[in-house]
Amino acid sequence: MVKAFLLSPFLGGWHTWAGRGGLLAVLALLQACAAVPYPDRRDPIESFNRRVFDFNYAVDRAVIKPVATVYRDTTPSWMRSGVGNFFNNLEDVWSVVNNALQGRLQNTGDSVGRVVINSTIGVAGLMDVASGLNIERHTTDFGTTLGRWGVSPGPYVVLPFLGSYTLREVAALPIDRQGDLVNHVSDEATRTALFLVDTVDVRAALLGPGEVAEAAALDKYSFKRETYFQMQRNRQYDGNPPDEDLAPEP
Amino acid sequence: MKRVFLRQALVVVSALAGLLVFPAAHAEDEAPDALIKRLSVDVLDAIKSDKAIRAGDTARVVELVDTRIMPNVNFQRMTASAVGPAWRQASPEQKTRLQDEFKILLVRTYAGALAQVKDQTIAIKPMRGFSADDKEVMVRTEVKGGGDPIQLDYRLEKTPGQGAGWRIYNLNVLGVWLVETYRSQFAQEINAKGIDGLITTLTERNKTNSKKG
Repeated sequence: MVKAFLLSPFLGGWHTWAGRGGLLAVLALLQACAAVPYPDRRDPIESFNRRVFDFNYAVDRAVIKPVATVYRDTTPSWMRSGVGNFFNNLEDVWSVVNNALQGRLQNTGDSVGRVVINSTIGVAGLMDVASGLNIERHTTDFGTTLGRWGVSPGPYVVLPFLGSYTLREVAALPIDRQGDLVNHVSDEATRTALFLVDTVDVRAALLGPGEVAEAAALDKYSFKRETYFQMQRNRQYDGNPPDEDLAPEP
Repeated sequence: MKRVFLRQALVVVSALAGLLVFPAAHAEDEAPDALIKRLSVDVLDAIKSDKAIRAGDTARVVELVDTRIMPNVNFQRMTASAVGPAWRQASPEQKTRLQDEFKILLVRTYAGALAQVKDQTIAIKPMRGFSADDKEVMVRTEVKGGGDPIQLDYRLEKTPGQGAGWRIYNLNVLGVWLVETYRSQFAQEINAKGIDGLITTLTERNKTNSKKG
């Protein structure tokens, strides 16, 4: 989640983005009128979302996936796991704050322990020593915190470059962005480099699962949407959601 | 002499008894988490010892899934609940076709996922609040090895006296339930083109998938 919106520098940084938020909302409303064959009540602006989805998909095919494939095929696996661990450790810092805000004591403690151990013994996060000690990761962000505080998710929104969100997660974006330590690196070149490496590394790790999902989906868009909602729900309940017999759609 | 004979007789008798007792014990219904543990270890071992599977030989994976996994799955229930209310209106032939095509789709997907197995292990999480009268249970597991552990949970129904005594009817990866994921996609097809439309879509998807791999 935290990583997904890192793609925003492609669009001229977050501040430009915030300015465009209003425009985006208007566009979304305009598109909402267009009829879709099988409306889903969680997705009132489906026809707009579908267009953005197709756009993101094309960008991924044209640029991100090819670059990630080269990265995977040319770097040794120990290096990729070092890169992944490094960024996961930064993400764990933000999870400490949000687990605490959500009142999850055990998860907060685990996250603190992970950051302390991995930043020191794990050499600035390059090695994930904590997982070896069975200290679980509890990745979470401010969007999930809002959910825990009772804010409902709102409609589904697909953002250009950034992917699947609910309105609540979109609202939490500026704060989550502040929580991402990469954005506090003052040197712009370094910040951009970190962002690019992280994006490519995350995408590279998803190359395998991505192919599986692509073969499994009848309709990529609704597959992604359903998967997103279920994963969100799972996160909301910390991997242990209550039983719910999903009633068939009306 | 006599003592030696007695001792030998005892060994033979207990061995025979063992032969008789053990199959009997095995025919008793297995605990659901024990079944999942056994199946997971079985499948992982089979993959690790089979170079063809790891090289992505789909036919071999299909065979593995068919022989080891499918006997423990209630696939009709899975298909019916993914299809939703329209299942009741489907003819017996349509039901068979739906199950066949859905199964091919899933097995191929599963094959793709299994081909990526390297040194993973499965940890079964303790079952909370499980009582012997439960008709349906959830077994939670975690796949470990390389990166974050992956949540993998199963729902099982009791089938007394049949097979291992439990059959899987849904599973989730990272909190995403398989049946629910297909429900909205299927409904979309059925709404637009009816049950036959869904069958056609599934068949076509399977053809493209088999061309690719």
